[in-house]
Amino acid sequence: MTTLEEREPIVSAGAATHEGGQELLSRGEVSQKALMREAGAVLRMSESAAAALAQVQGDVGEDQSMIINMGPQHPSTHGVLRLMLELQGETVLRCKPIIGYLHTGMEKTGESLTFLQGGTNVTRMDYLSPLNNELVFSMATEKLLGIDGDIPERAQWMRMLLSELNRMSSHLLFLATNGMDIGAVSMMLYGWREREEVLRFFQKVTGLRMNHNFIRPGGLAADLPVGWRDDVLRLLDMLPERLAEYEILMTGQPIWRERLQGVGVITQSEAIALAATGPILRSTGLDFDLRRDMPYLRYREVDFDVVVGAHGDAYDRYAIRLHEIRESMNIVRQVLERMPGGDYRIQNKKVTPPPRGRIDESMEALIHHFKIFTEGFKVPEGEVYVAIESPRGEIGCYIASDGSSVPYRMHVRAPSFVNVQCLPHMMRGGLVADAVAVISSIDPVLGEVDR
Amino acid sequence: MPVAPEMPGVVASESHGQAVLFVEQSAYLAVVTALYRAGFTMCVDVTAVDYLVHPSRTLPPGVVAQRFEVVVNLLSLAARERVRVRVQVADGESVASLCDVHPSTEAMEREVFDMFGIRFDGHPDLTRILMPEDWDGHPLRKDYAQGRIPVQFKGAAS
Repeated sequence: MTTLEEREPIVSAGAATHEGGQELLSRGEVSQKALMREAGAVLRMSESAAAALAQVQGDVGEDQSMIINMGPQHPSTHGVLRLMLELQGETVLRCKPIIGYLHTGMEKTGESLTFLQGGTNVTRMDYLSPLNNELVFSMATEKLLGIDGDIPERAQWMRMLLSELNRMSSHLLFLATNGMDIGAVSMMLYGWREREEVLRFFQKVTGLRMNHNFIRPGGLAADLPVGWRDDVLRLLDMLPERLAEYEILMTGQPIWRERLQGVGVITQSEAIALAATGPILRSTGLDFDLRRDMPYLRYREVDFDVVVGAHGDAYDRYAIRLHEIRESMNIVRQVLERMPGGDYRIQNKKVTPPPRGRIDESMEALIHHFKIFTEGFKVPEGEVYVAIESPRGEIGCYIASDGSSVPYRMHVRAPSFVNVQCLPHMMRGGLVADAVAVISSIDPVLGEVDR
Repeated sequence: MPVAPEMPGVVASESHGQAVLFVEQSAYLAVVTALYRAGFTMCVDVTAVDYLVHPSRTLPPGVVAQRFEVVVNLLSLAARERVRVRVQVADGESVASLCDVHPSTEAMEREVFDMFGIRFDGHPDLTRILMPEDWDGHPLRKDYAQGRIPVQFKGAAS
């Protein structure tokens, strides 16, 4: 078998890979079928109904519509999302999201980092819920190692605590940006302020505000610090009051409701067809939450509600996220009550480095520690897909291992990447002024979309 | 095994307790359609693996290894079950697109095409999605020279 180094790079052989523009083509350049598909006819109606509409749509001449470009440098696009919109007057006829501006080849990078280092890579994908990314990567690695049943109880509950607090911080940031996008600028300050309180706790626990690399294959990097319980209780005491303030500021406010209700509607069948998950799927009335329906960690043992909407509009998605903060607080309270003692990581010499104290006493421990951090540990051959519920929906990790200490292939199923596909269907027929509200209600994280 | 459609060209298997179906290319679309009718209405993920430098992987008897493998993760919302469909694809071959059954695969198949160069027949808009459209090569292929290519930018003098 030839190694990579011996092989001739065949990059230049693929020089003729010009695949045409990624942009939205003008009406005259696309076929009727493609036009119908872009307009969402495939999802919304039967073929005969679509064919009947085709004549009506054909009436919009090219001179009556115009294509405008929105982003990628636009404050409301949450990063570098670019949308091409075809407008007739102020009505959006077609929309095409164009992504890739933040692509840094993280899946390729993942193929050169060991399973222990991989956490530093995946945690930067969805940078607003880094702990969930680490969790799904660690769980996939543990499944491949066959140790997923042996993770200590305390590690499981600690993971749940961090995962739920992360959901709260992510949703608080959503409330902030959603407020800002729609014009409730003071909400932006409040949301960031509360999120910062959660991040301060993360900093105390993990040492970093973001990109923690704290959840690792086999458990966690360290135990919770002294006084962690008081810090969490302080958060739980502070937040209900603040959430009540948000309700006064936004939920009950007529302007807020006018801007969101009935905007960016998506039906349940459309959401399923587009594989939308998380708050978008739940806003259509389908109660599907991986924490309850395909439980992992110890979610089976805690009591919480799955928040669902009824109309599938931007307002429902806002309300779901607001209430999910309360449900997460509910879970965190139960975790506080039930947090068991014990080890925070598995005591398996293969994956666990020796404790710091042993390194000073024992040469073998020093070598062992050095080996684990330089070479990593070997993971048996196989492939596995693990999915958990991140704040944005189902985040999945597919790892194929060839028996070495680096993943042969590491793929992350990013919820935002899939959810962004809903945009054309939510935008269609709406006003261009609502485009910002619709993007915001999807809550995309572009680091995860582009990876 | 929760799902094992009795169809030709399908080898049912499992990996770490997860249901896996090895499907021949000719039966791919039919199997996914049958699974759709059986309740697997959500296509959660489409990805691929390039097994160029790991050809000796373990496969159940009856499955002929090829260079690429397209991996499709399906989810049944009603039964709360997952099934993974794995299709062997040789270099230069194309597979059927799932867009007509699962519209969600539109962006995912574009990503697989962009990263691996696997073509999907019947895809409405098979263009690059993450890389610039004039990019050379497909980055996630194992023979794509990592770190040894000149920096490529759209419109830059070369």
